[in-house]
Amino acid sequence: MQKKDDLLSRIRAALGRSVGQPPAPLPPPRLRIPEMSVEARIERFFKNLENLAGKTLLASSLEEARCYVAQLIGEQPAVASNAPLLRECGITDLPTVRSGFACESDLRAACASAAFGITSADYALADTGTLVLFSSPEEARMVSLLPPVHVAVVPRGRILTGLDELLTEVPLPADRSSSMLFITGPSRTADIEQILVRGVHGPGEIHVIVV
Amino acid sequence: MTGAPENQIRNTLENQHLQTAIYTATGRLMSHRRAVVSPEVLPDFQELRTQANLIKKHTIENLDYYLEQFASNVAARGGKVIWARDGAAVVDFLAKLAKEKNVRLIVKAKSMTSEEIELNDRLGRHGLEPVETDLGEYIVQLAHERPYHIVAPALHKTRYEVADLFTERLGVERETEIERQTKIARSVLREKFLSAGIGISGANFLVADSGAIVLVTNEGNARMATTLPRIHVAIAGIEKVIPRAQDLAVFLKLLGRSATGQPLTVYTSFLSGPRRENEIDGPDEFYVVLLDNGRTRLLADRYKRESLYCIRCGACLNHCPVYRKVGGHNYPWVYSGPIGKIITPQYLGVTHDPWLPFASSLCGACEEVCPVKIRIPRLLLKLRSEVVKAKMRDPQSRLERLGFRVWAWVMCRPKLYEMLGAMGSAVFGNGEAWLRRAPGLMNYGPVKAWFSQRDLAPMPARSFRQMWRARRKAAQD
Amino acid sequence: MPRVSVFVTCIVDQMFPKVGMAMVEVLERIGYDVDFPEEQTCCGQPAFNTGYREEARKVARHFLKVFRDAEYIVVPSGSCTSMIAHQYRELFAKEPEWLEATNAIEPRIWEFSKFLLEVAKVEDVGARLERVVTFHDSCHGLRGLGIKEGPRRLLSRVRGLTLREMDAAEECCGFGGTFSVKFPEISGGMARTKIDSILRTGAELVVGIDVSCLLQIRGALSRAGSTIGTMHLAEVLAHR
Repeated sequence: MQKKDDLLSRIRAALGRSVGQPPAPLPPPRLRIPEMSVEARIERFFKNLENLAGKTLLASSLEEARCYVAQLIGEQPAVASNAPLLRECGITDLPTVRSGFACESDLRAACASAAFGITSADYALADTGTLVLFSSPEEARMVSLLPPVHVAVVPRGRILTGLDELLTEVPLPADRSSSMLFITGPSRTADIEQILVRGVHGPGEIHVIVV
Repeated sequence: MTGAPENQIRNTLENQHLQTAIYTATGRLMSHRRAVVSPEVLPDFQELRTQANLIKKHTIENLDYYLEQFASNVAARGGKVIWARDGAAVVDFLAKLAKEKNVRLIVKAKSMTSEEIELNDRLGRHGLEPVETDLGEYIVQLAHERPYHIVAPALHKTRYEVADLFTERLGVERETEIERQTKIARSVLREKFLSAGIGISGANFLVADSGAIVLVTNEGNARMATTLPRIHVAIAGIEKVIPRAQDLAVFLKLLGRSATGQPLTVYTSFLSGPRRENEIDGPDEFYVVLLDNGRTRLLADRYKRESLYCIRCGACLNHCPVYRKVGGHNYPWVYSGPIGKIITPQYLGVTHDPWLPFASSLCGACEEVCPVKIRIPRLLLKLRSEVVKAKMRDPQSRLERLGFRVWAWVMCRPKLYEMLGAMGSAVFGNGEAWLRRAPGLMNYGPVKAWFSQRDLAPMPARSFRQMWRARRKAAQD
Repeated sequence: MPRVSVFVTCIVDQMFPKVGMAMVEVLERIGYDVDFPEEQTCCGQPAFNTGYREEARKVARHFLKVFRDAEYIVVPSGSCTSMIAHQYRELFAKEPEWLEATNAIEPRIWEFSKFLLEVAKVEDVGARLERVVTFHDSCHGLRGLGIKEGPRRLLSRVRGLTLREMDAAEECCGFGGTFSVKFPEISGGMARTKIDSILRTGAELVVGIDVSCLLQIRGALSRAGSTIGTMHLAEVLAHR
């Protein structure tokens, strides 16, 4: 407590402010949301994600999404999050897919050995090709992180134009979850000789299915 | 100039390989940036910079308010804020925490703030094992070096040097292929992530209205470090706070673009407190260390306070013609490039490295690209005048000061100025041919320095004013 | 006839008088009556940039006195113009009387190419020069005064002239005033990067709006054994 007061009083002394003094008026936030149809959003989102080497699919049915995933993972082990959408698609019923984890250590062990992590996403951002995931009982953080390939299924109505629209819709992300995460393409580095390498710590491959 | 590491700088300048590496890497970052901030792709780029500047200015000027708001929101989400005066306070806290929780292995996501307090070495002395997990940081940690660049720490290392380093330190077979080197690092570090008890990160932003920290990485190492260990500690300078989550719409657009030319960095984590009830994973404990370490001293200086707006994007380094020559290891502190030149003297004192603010041609490229519009050349000029004042009694400075006094005196006396000019013409006159070396006794000090690099124009037989008078006279006749 | 005063700068006065004469010639050609206040010396920038503000102030006051009554002041330098237009305010922040004099002079001070385009509103001054040239953007003109397209427009009207842009036109030449002699090796390295870029254009001549940059560039070219020359924009425009 004393350290806090020390530091704050040093700051106040530097600024010539007093305890409890309200701040000067804050410039209003700058949020600009363009008009864009759902189709245009999807197109834009896909184009941006593909530019980052993401794979995309516009599925006309939940069944089509399931088929895509089934074909992609084949016989390899996968972990799916607890998102209802994945269950509705039938993805959690695929033979090599494990899901329904409620305990951290089980999930960690499963994710550490899975070849695929399958999640939904709360939103996608057309402008940048970004997925937005809030941590919740349905979505753990690890599923989109530990396996070398990440597959995400996003409802088409959840594609926002960009960051500005997201932060208008969700002005206080912390009210919703302890973690809001943006994923914009596969994990990458250019730390050695500026050569691009994908899949350093996070997934090196990302597939997004819009349903 | 006194104090500059001249030999070390010369070594960098003469190392052709390194010169090419620096120039190419920074050049690539420049062109990537240019491609994403052009008016065609981002018409409101300049407006975003203005808004970012306004928000930073406002926040810094009301910093106590926003830090209190931040701290109370962190507490409301079950996290804990640690107020640290300096590096020692941070180390004390971490050592105690590690001991209490019985942790030895610590994974770290890249943080310039922790570099600033030499955290790794100091934790090592407490018997702890901090491991850097950003690939570039990991490489420089293995090499026992400082990061070469704010966003590209191992910019100076070739794949062959990395191969040697990995063989020597990790005992792996020599591997020179970059993709496979990355795989080696991935698997070594994956083990560390899975067994570490504490994850340390920096924070790109502290969000006051949310009690959240924002982390931005491309590799995913910050996600790993804040997801797998049971305890997450974020260390951030007090200047990192922004008022609202909504302000990220401005700052995130600027940060990735300015740093690497990415509209958004691959991973952006917005983290508020430990995992909540029902959330499956995430840390059980969440600490934010708010570090002063000299920042309040900067804050007190109204004129130079804007140095604290910096969001550590590194754009000023990439665009700096001096950085592009001397690289990142010839600066006296962890912060290199133009931003290093303005903050180092403010943190360490202007007499610590008095040469530093002078090592700039004042070209202004840094200010032009700064996403938060820090007027770096203006601050350099101010620091120069402070150095001059502080070094008044130094013998060499006395001579220089005397020189400028005499110069100013002459410049206020046009007749004398003209006469001295005519004398100069007698010494440095050479017809039309450029001079290759200093004439006779003049090969000294600044003249010698000039001729060490380039030829000099011969001084003309007549100055402009003499020509002007002659022309006047001819016209009247 | 409209009247202009020229501030030729100390470096043009002492080292490159032909540049000053060329500027006078162009101004007269387009119909101005040119005045050269003979009391003029320097703007004070060398001292200011090296941290000697008191000394810079002395010289700046002298400048303000000399040019107090000038209607237009035309300067063949982006750097010196920027010093007067921008840095004097900083120098005299605590001296209201001189601050006022600065504010009064600021709208009347013009870098040469800007004066031609924005005050005289002339693009074609009837010049001819049959050379392939490249243009160096001087930092203070470019970033301090926003001079980028202007000189190029003027050059495009010079008969016989071909402009070939260099890839690093906006990169500093490394001069930087006392920087060039305080850190000669870094400065020299920057100059060599610049001349590599110049050589790649195949131009015979480098044109610029600041003789200090041209001194550095030409000095480095000469040291490297190159015969590529340098010319101030005023010299190009005076040429027929």
